[in-house]
Amino acid sequence: MSNYISQHNEQLSDLERQFVLLTQSGLPIVAKPYQQIAAQLSITETEVLAMAADLKERGIIRRIAAVPNHYKLGYRFNGMTVWDVKDEDVSEFGQAVGRLPFVSHCYLRPRHLPKWNYNLFAMVHGKTEAEVQQYRTQIKDLLINVLQVRNDDSDHGVKFKTNDMLTSTEILKKTGLRLKR
Amino acid sequence: MVKKVMLMDKSSRHAQTKLAELSSLDKRLINLLQRGFPISERPFLDIAEQLGSNEDIVIERLNHLMATKVLTRFGPMFDAVCLGGAFTLAALAVPEEKFAEVTMQVNSFDQVAHNYRRTHHYNMWFVVGAESEVEVNQVISDIEKKTALPVLNTPKLEEFYVQLYLPA
Repeated sequence: MSNYISQHNEQLSDLERQFVLLTQSGLPIVAKPYQQIAAQLSITETEVLAMAADLKERGIIRRIAAVPNHYKLGYRFNGMTVWDVKDEDVSEFGQAVGRLPFVSHCYLRPRHLPKWNYNLFAMVHGKTEAEVQQYRTQIKDLLINVLQVRNDDSDHGVKFKTNDMLTSTEILKKTGLRLKR
Repeated sequence: MVKKVMLMDKSSRHAQTKLAELSSLDKRLINLLQRGFPISERPFLDIAEQLGSNEDIVIERLNHLMATKVLTRFGPMFDAVCLGGAFTLAALAVPEEKFAEVTMQVNSFDQVAHNYRRTHHYNMWFVVGAESEVEVNQVISDIEKKTALPVLNTPKLEEFYVQLYLPA
């Protein structure tokens, strides 16, 4: 059941590895942040700028950015929307759902029939419950012709739906993923 | 009845986080920095110019937004898989009377990075991150043994989009 774990190793040089270790908890908030990193790595600022640009080019740095606390900005509601999309359509329509401005994450994941029939996951955030419901409706409008309609599985007592939305009601654990020294 | 209890949990939890009071500059800074940060000698000068502000003020406001936890992170977002890790998203359908116990059991694994209660028959969703695929599978199997519940394992097969943007 666990045959599809994502794994992909990108080779990092020792220096790049040190850069990751130094910056994975954040960049210094000073006028010359890259110069400060350079001093810690005993290389020049120009070399750090080139290394950062190269890591970004290679996709190892996804982006350099700020991440807000959802609740402090008033985004109190979220929904993990899940969809049973026909296999032949899921790549095209997964990309279309990912392009919707209010979708923050969109992934193809494996079904586990009969207990879990959803293969497309799209995360949405909103300031009101109505806003989140509206987003779900917009995704449904986009997917309406490619949703898989299944007959109920009476052997397992399962009634299939084409989609659902799971709202998080409590953070049980939240730690950062970090490269270890 | 269960649903009602969960909604109360939710409102009490959210009541603990106060909405931040933000100036117009703060909001524009938050929005710009969510989109990206330059790789240049004086990146805050570039940001200040885009906002019609100055470098010192931008640095002061960003430090303030970090200190007050309006922003939770500022810096490079690394692709964890590129750094040599293996990951999966997994779920459990936990009987309500066992929820607290199973939460402790699941959270006791260092490899469990995030864990959320969600409104569904599968009511516990967690991310397992480890050094290798073998280790991820071992953790999933250990969680099944420890909780005596079957794990729904849903690792990503394809990524269509990842970028959180919450306009302030």
